[in-house]
Parts: sequence; C-alpha cells; structure tokens
Amino acid sequence: MSRSAPLAARVLPYALLSPAVVVTLAIVFFPMLQAAWMSLHELILFRPNVMPFVWLDNFAAAFSDEVFWISLRHTGIWIGLTVPLQLLLGLATALLLNRPFWWRPLARALIIIPWALPSVVIALMWSWIYDSNYGALNDFLLRMDILQRSVPWLADPDTALYAIILTLTWQGFPFFAVMILAGLQAIPESYYEAAAIDGAGPWRQFWHITLPGIAGVLVTAILLRVIWVANSIDVIFVMTGGGPGYATYTLPLYAFLKARTNLDYGYGSALAVLFTVMLMAVVVLYLRRTARAVAQ
Amino acid sequence: MIRSRPPALRLLTLHLPMLLIVAFALGPWLWMLVTSLTPQEQLFTTGPSLADATAANYERLFRTVGFGRNLVDSAIVAGGTVIVGLTLSVTAAYAFSRFRFPGRRLLMLQFLLINMFPIVLLILPLFVLMRTLGILNTHVALIVANATVAIPFAIWMMTSYINAIPTELEEAAMTDGCTRLGALVRVILPLCAPGIVATGIYIFITAWNEYLYALTLGGNNVRPITVAIQTLIGEYQVQWGLLTAGGIVGALPATVLFLIVQKRLISGLTQGAVKG
Repeated sequence: MSRSAPLAARVLPYALLSPAVVVTLAIVFFPMLQAAWMSLHELILFRPNVMPFVWLDNFAAAFSDEVFWISLRHTGIWIGLTVPLQLLLGLATALLLNRPFWWRPLARALIIIPWALPSVVIALMWSWIYDSNYGALNDFLLRMDILQRSVPWLADPDTALYAIILTLTWQGFPFFAVMILAGLQAIPESYYEAAAIDGAGPWRQFWHITLPGIAGVLVTAILLRVIWVANSIDVIFVMTGGGPGYATYTLPLYAFLKARTNLDYGYGSALAVLFTVMLMAVVVLYLRRTARAVAQ
Repeated sequence: MIRSRPPALRLLTLHLPMLLIVAFALGPWLWMLVTSLTPQEQLFTTGPSLADATAANYERLFRTVGFGRNLVDSAIVAGGTVIVGLTLSVTAAYAFSRFRFPGRRLLMLQFLLINMFPIVLLILPLFVLMRTLGILNTHVALIVANATVAIPFAIWMMTSYINAIPTELEEAAMTDGCTRLGALVRVILPLCAPGIVATGIYIFITAWNEYLYALTLGGNNVRPITVAIQTLIGEYQVQWGLLTAGGIVGALPATVLFLIVQKRLISGLTQGAVKG
C-alpha cells in the first residue's frame, strides 16, 4: 500500500499527458520525419511507384536553383519590412491606447478587426483596393494628383511584393498593439510621477521608463512575429500566387507551389526542410526566453 | 501623466492620430461592405456607394453560388477541431499546472515548438499520409490538420487559466473524499469554464479562417468557406459586388465571435509574454 501510492502519484501526470502527447506525435512529429524522409527522395506524385533514394540531391539542386535564391531574397525583404512596420504602427497604437480618453474601449475593440479576419478575405479585399481599373487606391492617388495614371499594383513586378507587405502590415499590427499595451499597463504609474518630479519631459520618460519597461514584451513579440510572418503564405498565395513571374515568391511559398502545381513532393519537402532549419535559429531564441518563464 | 493638457493639443496628439489608425484598421473592411451593397452595374460607373444600397449581391451569392453548403462544411470542421482540441488538452494542461515532474519543461516547450513549425513542412507529408490512409477529402482530414495547431494552443491557454485557480480548492475537495480526477471534473473544470469557452472560441475562429489545409486536404468534396471564396475570386474575377459579399459572409462568424471574447482572450494570450 505505502509503496503503490507514490508510484501512482508519480505516473499520474504522464497518464494525464499521454493522450495529447500521443496524438501530437502522430499528427505532427511523425509527418515531420516523413517530410525529412521525402526530401531525400525523388518523389513526384503522378509517378507513384518509383521513389528512388537520391541522398542530398534535392538540397544540392536547391542551391543551384535560381528561383531558390530569388525566393530567399524575397523572404528576407518580406520579414525585414513587414515586422518593423507592424512593430512601429503597433507601438504607436499602443502608446495612444494607453492614454485615457472617452472612446478608448471602442477604439481598442475596432483596432483588432484585421486580426480576426480570414486571410482569404483579407487577400480578397486588398486585391479589390489594389485593382488597377476600379481600385480605391488608384482612385484616391489619382484624385490627389500623386499619380498621373493608374498603377497595376499587383501585376507590376516592381510593386507587387511591397503591396502585399502593406497588406500584411495591416493584418499584423493589432497583435503588436495588444501585446505592447499589456506591457505598458504593467509599468507602475509611480515611475512616471517620480520622473516628472525630477523634471523629465515626455521624451526622456519614453526613453528611460517606457522603452525599458516594455523591452521584454517587445523582444518576445518580435520573435513570435518573425516566425509568423515568415510562415505566412496564404495571403500571398491568394493575392498573386507568387507572380507576376517570381516577383512574390517567398521560400515557403515556393516549397508549397512546387508540391501543389508540379506535384514534386521530394524537392518541395527539401525546400520546406531548408526553410525550417533557417527559421529554427529564431525559434530557438524564442524557446530559450520562454523556457525561463516555464521553469518555475 | 495626470497633468491636463490644452484640448487642442489633445486633439492633435491623441484623438486625431487614433482616429487615423482606427480608419486604417477598419477602412478596408468598410470599403468591402460598401462594395457588397452596391449594385453590380454601378461599380464600374460611379463606384461603390450606399446611395442605392441593395442586398442583390447577397441573394445571388446564396442562390446561384450556393454558399450554404460551404458554411456547413466550415462549421463541421471548426466544431470538430474545437472538440478534439479541448478534450485532449484539458488533462494535459492540468498535469502541467499542478504537477512538477521530470520532463515537464521539455514537454511544455515541445508543445510550444509545434506551433512554430512552418505549415509547408506539415502540409506536404500530411497530404501524402492522408492519401495513403484514404482519408483525403473528408472532414476528418481537415479536423486532424487543424488539430496540429489547436492542441498546443489550447494546452498553453488552459495551463495559464488553471494556474490562476488556487490549489486549496481542490485540496479541500480531496480531503472531503474526492479523487484527483474527481476534483478536476468537479472543481477545476467549472471554475475555468470561462477560460475553456474563450479557448474553444479562439480554436473555432482559427479553424474557420484556415485556408491552406482546407485547399490541399479537402479536395472537391469538403470545401470550407475560405476555399469557396478563393474559388469565387477565380470564377467571377471582376464581379466585385459578389466577391465582397462572399468576403463579408465568410468573415462574419469569426469577427463577431472575436469581438465577444476579445477581452478574456487577450489577457490569456498576453499573460505569458508580459511575464517572460
């Protein structure tokens, strides 16, 4: 009796966890191993019975594939522009929402709308805004005399990627706003009062109290967002499908299209694995931060 | 921050920029709404306006395009994902919250890690696997695919909700003769019911909005609303009245639910980030 009780107590947490762990092993980790396995094969889905093992040929092919490098460069621009833009707009929004005014609850609720919409709908309505003939953006810029004639925003290789980046900025800035607002509200009011007594103006208060106070939240939110934005391909897929030409290819989109349109699951998997390995650098940073919070 | 500023300055540094940001956030959606209420012919002449507002686009959407079935498919997939996600994660979250055991941190991080993996890395093998198992183009396929996101998310949310419930309550129940599982069912679950509801709703929204899995694994048989909207874009390229009506309908359930639970949800989502 006295021996079995502690044993049961020791086993209990694992028993409680086992359903979730078993299912995620089956539907996440096993498929991932399968993807790694597939990346070492020549696997084209309409030739089902031939699946030769080709070692690292797919990876070698990627490095000499021009589209791989184009996609990689676009992924860099994609993350490098979208995340800072989301961050700046989110920060501005959060700073405004942190001040009391009578319609603050309404503003806070409305700001979140972009976050709640399906990405297909987001892609649809921005395609309408960017429409070269009847779109609101062209109409507005023509009326303001900023443009002389309409620009086909999504059909022009020079503007397509940036047009989608603006769309994604719109989709993602509420997330930053909400996260940063939570961080701002955790800063004690007394810090500002003390600083005001010492004669610090709004700018110095921002640099010496606000920014250090939200630094932790900022880093976490940026890491999360980099991962999210890097992975996000649905908006691009619906808006341009990667085109015109390769103008809006990012690396995960390239992997997806390889499998979807060419049914080349071997090469597609290799691209997905390469992308994941690169992304892991950011993921590890994020996990290390969170691991500290979980430790207690 | 308490000192009062002149009203003109407040208008310039607070109300005006806030209004601009709200307009930016809401503008595209409002524009879509106005377009969907404008008669189709008028879109290419005078442009979208509410002067002759009509529901014609919506009627056409349900009559000729048949959006009804797609809404049902979406509801089945999203509802199924909620059930799978919540049932599998309640006991796991309880274990993480109430026990300290070897491997706890590793297992928790493992669940966090899952959400970071690119969807492309999963979507390709899931397609091949489900094809082999013969469950491609079924609701089950989409529920399983969505569960890859829902389970880890639910576990993290529920763990933080259960953490907020004092242990004394279940200890009292256990000294009164409850087993641990009895205490979980009778004490913990009722107390974190609001959290469970919020988590469930968030899972529902995510599954409802999901597109790539639905496109790849649902085939022609199961076509949730997101896939239907994308097909509309392909078929009715310039009929923006119809397209935007589809967009409004497709986004409505998720948007309404989100506005209802946003407060509780956001406190749960940001808790970890603020502490870490």
